[in-house]
Parts: sequence; structure tokens; C-alpha cells
Amino acid sequence: MHNPQLNANGELTHLLSIEGLPRAVINHILDTASSFLKVSDRNVKKVPLLRGKSVFNVFFENSTRTRTTFEIAAKRLSADVINLDVTRSSTAKGETLLDTVDNLVAMHADMFVVRHAASGAPHLIADHLRRLGRNDVHVVNAGDGSHAHPTQGLLDMYTIRHYKKDFTNLAVAIVGDILHSRVARSDIHALTTLGAAEVRAVGPQTLLPTAIERMGVRVCHDLGTGLRDCDVVIMLRLQNERMNGALLPSAREYFRCYGLTPAMLALAKPDAIVMHPGPMNRGVEIDSDVADGPQAVILPQVTFGIAVRMAVMGILAGN
Amino acid sequence: MPAFDLPDAEAQCAELAELIRPRLQPDTVLVGIHSGGAWVARRLRELLGLRNEIGLIDVSFYRDDYRARGLHARVKPSSIPFDVEGRPLILVDDVLYTGRTTRAAINELFDYGRPSSIQLAVLADRGRRQLPICADYCAWRVDLDASQELILSAETGDRLQWSLAEHA
Repeated sequence: MHNPQLNANGELTHLLSIEGLPRAVINHILDTASSFLKVSDRNVKKVPLLRGKSVFNVFFENSTRTRTTFEIAAKRLSADVINLDVTRSSTAKGETLLDTVDNLVAMHADMFVVRHAASGAPHLIADHLRRLGRNDVHVVNAGDGSHAHPTQGLLDMYTIRHYKKDFTNLAVAIVGDILHSRVARSDIHALTTLGAAEVRAVGPQTLLPTAIERMGVRVCHDLGTGLRDCDVVIMLRLQNERMNGALLPSAREYFRCYGLTPAMLALAKPDAIVMHPGPMNRGVEIDSDVADGPQAVILPQVTFGIAVRMAVMGILAGN
Repeated sequence: MPAFDLPDAEAQCAELAELIRPRLQPDTVLVGIHSGGAWVARRLRELLGLRNEIGLIDVSFYRDDYRARGLHARVKPSSIPFDVEGRPLILVDDVLYTGRTTRAAINELFDYGRPSSIQLAVLADRGRRQLPICADYCAWRVDLDASQELILSAETGDRLQWSLAEHA
């Protein structure tokens, strides 16, 4: 079967989703990221790998943080970075997605980092480039709808590997709004591919997708059951707009049932780590005592995220 | 098969150490290039009785053939556990050939700081340079054809050994 992320030689040419990525490719990205991690500690925090390349951050949906981390990563690879806030420009004037892409290709873009509210938009762009015969232009999915956020999934795997070394004996609990979370889907695919012993999806019925068991996870509606003896807790952000959709009664009630407090965390293994993709809602999905506590690795995730995005861009641009 | 017997790499390390010894400064540090150069640098550190840790660099992010070859090989993290600023460095590699790896290594070192000097020590110089680079210390000069590859490997018990491969 044709895998749109790989070129004719089986090398990674676009990063669209973790689903369908061979374990060897994921490990290659994580190994390369560990070399890039050291670059950020040096006197000169830059390597010349992408010198002369133009990376376009094309964000059809707002996300200052993700855009900034991609921008930093590209700059540490010596690329020229152009940030386009398309929501306020071309698209607002009625230009189609592929017309925008064609225009940027005409400006000699070498890589697109794409964020879009519609699932599948980065895939559409990659497919379009292939039909144009532009194998030298690469696409990185920076989050599409509720489909995938592969670089977040990869940096989560980097974080887990950093603290736990090996995936095979791990129980990982993913807690919160899994229904709307592209991070959760990317994490589940990555954990399954890397051979985690158990992945638990923890949340209220209204925030879990139907038939999520088919992704190979254990469903828990009770937070205590979901956290018991687990090694890794991945908390998801509760998007405020969900309150209006009648999926939840109130933020206070959500915190009472699914908020991660020190007492709840005590049910996990004593050396369990707590992760969060950010931005956090303190007092909604996570208690401040946990967020600032010794088990939280939320800020290291941010540091690792730069190195992982450098690895992804460095590998793609060379293929 | 080579038309000549390959020399003993361990004995060459000892020769190289004796070439370096008279010109050592008190704060000289060795920097080995992954992976062969790192083995040789470790040997030299023992032989010269240096107290300073050696540095290790992987030049993958500085190579000039990235555009053609991409980032495939397993990249190992560079580790420079000392302040490069103002120090005399000796860059160590197993084989000096085109000079491109040395160029990449020098560029990388300058991103850690400004050393007072950089010298180059190699176990073998196989000629056919493509850049204006030459070794300050060299244990073995040998003229090899472009179709031949000279490989240093660490055998069981860590003994360094040469082998020669023919490419079509």
C-alpha cells in the first residue's frame, strides 16, 4: 500500500501522522533528537543543516505556542522562517488552500509546517505536491482538526523514553478530552507502535470517542481505576468551548471527577511522571500542587519538543 | 585482499602518541571524531597520561553532503565536556582522506567557542585530498585507490585493527 509519508526509497518525506510510521522511523527521529538536544546548550545554538532553505509556517488555525516552537527549531537549523497567519490574509479573501500552497511553492518554499482546523488538510497538500512532481518540498503536520499532532506525539515519546528508558513494561494513562484531542490519537498510535504494555483512555463517556477500544486501549471512566499503578500520566487540556456544547456540566464538577490532585496521583506508581501538552488549565484538569510538583515533567517536554522538531525537519529536508 | 600487510593499529597509536608528546601543552585536550577517531583519542589519552577528559564530536549536522545523502546514519550526540574558549585542541581521526570531515569538525568546534589553536592527529593519511588540509601528526602515509576503503574497527577486547574493503 502506498504510504504518503514515505518516498520511493521508503524514507520519510512528509510527517502527516504517526499512524502507519514504522517503529524504525520513530526510533530514528528520537535518536536524532537526542543529538539535537545538546545543540541548544552550546555557545552557538545553531547548526548549518538547513542553511538556505525556506520553511513556511502556514497556520490556518491560531496557535502561537506550536508555531513558535517550530520557528525556533527551524532557526536552530539555520533555515529562513516565514510565518503566515493565513486566517487573517489570503483565506479571508477567499483563496483556496491549494492556491495558497501553489503561491508559496512559486516563492521557492522548501517546507510547509501546517496547522489546520480540518482533519486531512496537510495530507491534501502533500498529495498535491506529489501530483506536481515536487518531491523536494516537504510537509509537516502541526495539528489537523482532531486527527493528528505527530510532533507532539513524538516529543511525548521522547519524554517517556528519557525518563523510563523502555516502553515494554509501561502502563500509560491518557486522561481527559480524548474525543477532541489530536494529541491523544498521536500518543496512542505511537505507544502502540513502540510496544507499550498498556494504554488507558480515561475520561467521561461524553469525551471518549466511540469504539476507541479498537485502537488497542483500555477504557476507564473512573480516574482512580485509570491511574492505579500506572507509570506515565498524560493529562489533556479541557477546551473551554466544550462546556457550551453540553458535554460537561461545569469546570468545577470536571475537576472533582477528573482533575489530577496529589491524592489521585498517589494511586499511580511512586515514580510515575506527569505530562501535559499545554497550555494548562490549573484547577480544571490539573491541580497546581501536581503541575509544580516533583513528578511533573511538563517543562522538560517543551525543551525536548524543540529537539524533536529539529530532528523531524532535519530528516525530512534531507530526503 | 590488499597487496600488502596492514600495519598494527595499536603500535601506530603508540607512534602517534610519541609524535604528539613533545608538543603537548599543559591544558591541551583531545577531541575525537565519531567513531574511529574517538577510539584513537581514548588510546592517546591513556598513552599520554592526560588528565583532561576527551571531547567527542559527530559531524553529521555539519557535513557538506547532507543535500545528497540526508540524515540517515545513526547520529551520536557530540559531547565537549570542557570550555573550548582559549584552549589548544588536538582533533583526532582514524583516517584522513578528502579532508571534508575535518572541515566539518573544525566548523562545529567553533560553535562551542574560540580555541587558541587546533591541530590534527590521524592514524593514517591515505592521500587524495579535496581541501587544503593536512595533518600535524600522522603515523602512516599510504596511497590507496578511490575504490578502496580503509576501515578501523575495535575488535573484541577493544583491540584496534585495520581492514581494507574494495568497492565496485
